[in-house]
Amino acid sequence: MLADARLVAGKDLRIEWRSRVGIGQMVPFAVLVLVLFAFALDPDRGILTRATAGLYWVATLFAGLLAVQRAFALEAAPGVREAMRLSGLDPAGWFLGKAAAIAVQLLLLEAVLGVGVIVLYAADLQGPLLLLATCMAATVGIAAAGTLYGVLAAGLAVRDTLVPLLLLPVLAPVLLGATRASEAALGNGVGDGWSWCGLLAVFAVLYTMLGMTFFGTLLEET
Amino acid sequence: MADAVVLLDRFPALAGVDLDVARGEIVLLRGPNGAGKTTLLRTCAGLARVVQGTVEVLGVDLVAAPRSVRRRVGMLSHQDGLYGDLTVEDNVRFWARAAGADLADATAALARCDLDGRLATVPAARLSAGQKRRTALAALLARRPELWLLDEPHAGLDRAGRDLVDRLVRDAAAAGATVVFASHELDRAEGLATRAVTIAGGQIREDSGAPAGPIGVERAG
Repeated sequence: MLADARLVAGKDLRIEWRSRVGIGQMVPFAVLVLVLFAFALDPDRGILTRATAGLYWVATLFAGLLAVQRAFALEAAPGVREAMRLSGLDPAGWFLGKAAAIAVQLLLLEAVLGVGVIVLYAADLQGPLLLLATCMAATVGIAAAGTLYGVLAAGLAVRDTLVPLLLLPVLAPVLLGATRASEAALGNGVGDGWSWCGLLAVFAVLYTMLGMTFFGTLLEET
Repeated sequence: MADAVVLLDRFPALAGVDLDVARGEIVLLRGPNGAGKTTLLRTCAGLARVVQGTVEVLGVDLVAAPRSVRRRVGMLSHQDGLYGDLTVEDNVRFWARAAGADLADATAALARCDLDGRLATVPAARLSAGQKRRTALAALLARRPELWLLDEPHAGLDRAGRDLVDRLVRDAAAAGATVVFASHELDRAEGLATRAVTIAGGQIREDSGAPAGPIGVERAG
């Protein structure tokens, strides 16, 4: 299963590296969201500082939707979905590979956005370990849930609009938990950021297990 | 396959098909458009749901476990199943490794299909229809399937490509694989096949012969 996952992740990342479609749209889009909020809230620097964590994760979440849609647009080429089913690869391996490729892209994006919020929002990092753990857990959660809902919608003609509609409500706990934990890491929050980070980890594990269990069925039935 | 019924949009695409194919045979499926040829091929690949009857492929009961035979089956369909942003070589390597074959099989398949050299580094999206077909054939060949299921394998290919298909099919049968293919190019297809089955309305209307052993071995020799 892990060998299958490595194969699929390698394939998806190679395609992204060659085409640069996903990263070429995802990163500028997310940076643009940060810049627009900076323009909109700049007159009141206090609000911008307090909202840094939330804006960071909103930008990441929206860009994550693009990554998920791109990941399944790759499999929408003529005959590819059928070839996937015929390949004999372990469906759990397919799931893990696609989720891993999305996660790698998201982590790169988060690093770029991290620089963005330091420059634009003058963010002051006080808990680097907490922020790192938050980013890892939230990224796995977004990638796992995105892959699960991505394959659910992949066979449908309305997939482009359906994926955000299905995924955003599901990812609301990730947005909430990641924002609270990141606020704590930036010294803006109240309470323990690690408990929110724990919630993110539970979400990530839950959706990884769900995806590994149901990806094959969804690939066959949708 | 015995009394197999497969529904497409609630209508029977296969309506009680009985077919027994021996290892090493090259079976031509012929019939008008919509006769059920493609559905029969998809059923053998475990891609269609059988609602009645029994289907056993390579000793595996596909009604009970449709996925379990797929790694041993290679299917060439109307759509090539290639990633446009990956090169020819990357596509063939990926699908070969997905089926458990090694990179040497992929390299050999590329050479066999005249796709080595400069063409191997071209992204699939930039290929002509015939080159895409060759790439899909190479991907199938690299999987080293025991059962070849080919839907209009000569379509879109030039004369050299068609000859290549014939050589690959004969060699596969000679090596013990079974080949079932659908075609409308009957002159060429009937010369290639060791047995011809006519389908219409989801039922077998004519069968040129019962399985008689690995005829393909003799023909290839």
